[in-house]
Amino acid sequence: MKTGVLLFPAILFSVLTASIVDINIAIAGDLSGYVGAQIRSFFNNPGIPEQHNNYLSGVVEPDFYQSWDNDKQNVEVKLFYRKDQYDKQRTHADIRELSWTDVLQNWEIRAGISKVFWGVTETQHLVDIINQTDQVEDVDGEDKLGQPMIKASTERDWGSLDIFILPGFRERTYPGVEGRPRPAIVIDTGRPAVYDFSAGKHHIDYALRYSYSGDNIEFGVSLFSGVDREPTDFVPVAFNPLGRPTTVVPVYSLINQLGFDGQAFVGDWTWKLEAAAAEVRSGKKRGTKSFKTVGGFEYTLVGVLDSIMDLGFVVEYHYSDQHIHQTIFDNDLATALRFVFNDAQSTEILAGIVTDANTQSLGSFIEASRRLGESWTLEAELRAFHGTKISRPLFAFRFDDFAQIDLKYYF
Amino acid sequence: MRLISTGILLMITGYGLLLPCAQAQTAAEKGLAIAVEADKRDNGFVDSKADLIMELRNKQGDVSTRYIRIKTLEVANDGDKSLSIFDKPADVKGTAFLTYSHALKPDEQWLYLPALRRVKRINSKNKSGPFMGSEFAYEDLSSQEVKKYTYKYLRDEKIKTREFPQGVDCFVVERYPTYAHSGYTREVAWINKDRYIAEKIDFYDRKNTLLKTLTNINEKQYLNRYWRPDQMLMENHQSGKSTLLTWKNYHFKNGFTRRDFSRNSLKRAR
Repeated sequence: MKTGVLLFPAILFSVLTASIVDINIAIAGDLSGYVGAQIRSFFNNPGIPEQHNNYLSGVVEPDFYQSWDNDKQNVEVKLFYRKDQYDKQRTHADIRELSWTDVLQNWEIRAGISKVFWGVTETQHLVDIINQTDQVEDVDGEDKLGQPMIKASTERDWGSLDIFILPGFRERTYPGVEGRPRPAIVIDTGRPAVYDFSAGKHHIDYALRYSYSGDNIEFGVSLFSGVDREPTDFVPVAFNPLGRPTTVVPVYSLINQLGFDGQAFVGDWTWKLEAAAAEVRSGKKRGTKSFKTVGGFEYTLVGVLDSIMDLGFVVEYHYSDQHIHQTIFDNDLATALRFVFNDAQSTEILAGIVTDANTQSLGSFIEASRRLGESWTLEAELRAFHGTKISRPLFAFRFDDFAQIDLKYYF
Repeated sequence: MRLISTGILLMITGYGLLLPCAQAQTAAEKGLAIAVEADKRDNGFVDSKADLIMELRNKQGDVSTRYIRIKTLEVANDGDKSLSIFDKPADVKGTAFLTYSHALKPDEQWLYLPALRRVKRINSKNKSGPFMGSEFAYEDLSSQEVKKYTYKYLRDEKIKTREFPQGVDCFVVERYPTYAHSGYTREVAWINKDRYIAEKIDFYDRKNTLLKTLTNINEKQYLNRYWRPDQMLMENHQSGKSTLLTWKNYHFKNGFTRRDFSRNSLKRAR
């Protein structure tokens, strides 16, 4: 088992370096990235017959960067590929980055496939809407697909302004039939998704964000007009003999979204707030308005108990009126502890609980990471679901407590 | 500069203001005067860039190495702006820190995480924590502004260093962080009388016990004016760990502007 895990990145790496060497000679750019192996193990037998107990997968993410014109211009190419032992949807490739950046006198222009992050909170990213979520990568929704864009940015005394033109929509990824964890009904991304407006996936979206950074505050106000990254509905396409849907496809709609993200620094406290108000502009839910927010604080004890370790407390409350999307974050409190060891191996542990105030359902997690030597990292993750009785939102995940280990080699 | 240390303090009652006598210096005034002179001599470098190798050594002698590039922009009447970009270890490649140091108010600091393309503002009120697992605290690496301390001149002393095995004349100055969240009660600095840079600094922790010693090794003069050490060794007396910084490829007056130290610049720092 152990050699298997180690061999896999080694083989991937040797294949990769063979091609890397050529690129280096040709354009003398800067190549980096990682190859990794992951094992995800579930503690219980699956609730769905197609699922398995252990999933092995391999991942590679090479990143090429070249700048010229006194670093005023650059190109970046970042590719991604994961091969999963069982889940055909999780075996996927993506162009994370394929962009050209030009720094002009007062403006910075980026064109191509790229990634943008908006937000301040730790346990949910509400206003972050430019990139589609790569949902099969991890359940935390932090992995994103590359988004085609033209972005113009300027940073002035009055604040920063980012203007986006986003041609081309990326559909959200979802676990396949053998994927785990997944909802009882398969969201089939193999079939064409439903778009309830005429331009479909070729729709051109627009976005704007103004942000300001002061001594003790920082905030951003964003506007987005385009295809909602989260499906507004699902349509059944296959049924079991009892007539219950077994497979659905996502429905995508146009929305306008107004977002706010801000934080204030008061002593050792960092107060954070994100909020998004949206209105659907197409399809069955046309005219539907919704509001969601997440807010809380992070407090850090530096050098706790005379050690060099930092201990951070994260408390965030989540609310959604659920008028457009169903979410588990409707009325929930997330609390987490962050241990930063400040050692040479950069050891960190984040442990937390998300509690639903209405149903008392609980999701708990531990994420730990550290460096091994100079080029390897080890990440471990544990996720558990509690209060998963039928009729409760986490019912589908009642057998899906799991542990996951990632070993990565960086080059 | 007057080096007379017999001074008289006039206390203006009710306001607690100190009015130094025109003709004489107290130990506090002399300490301040040395700091002001050191600051003055370092003024006008405009900007600089350098490569930094950071070697973390634990008690057992295991070494872990980081490669960092640092760009600095001098800001008149305030702290400097600096951008630190990590090249190694490979897993943090592209990670960058942007710091706007300030003399009196807390520094502003942003961390860029390339994997998430996220710029994260750091609550930098407490800068006593270690920088990237090293023996250097954030506050040790922040720009040294006169107003960040109050001072007390202690004595003159000749100390032996690697560069001056026969000894070099120093002012010994004690300084006290004005910053409420500092990890130190006091620092004792041996300031080279000729060059006005520290040869050695002892750091005393919140319990006033000796925590760390910084030794600057082989100072070089750039542009016929600015002294910079080739190496800085920080030894932690309590943990037995040490960090050696080796500076390479110093370049001054690169024509950097404020735009090279913007939050957007952080995202494209490579």
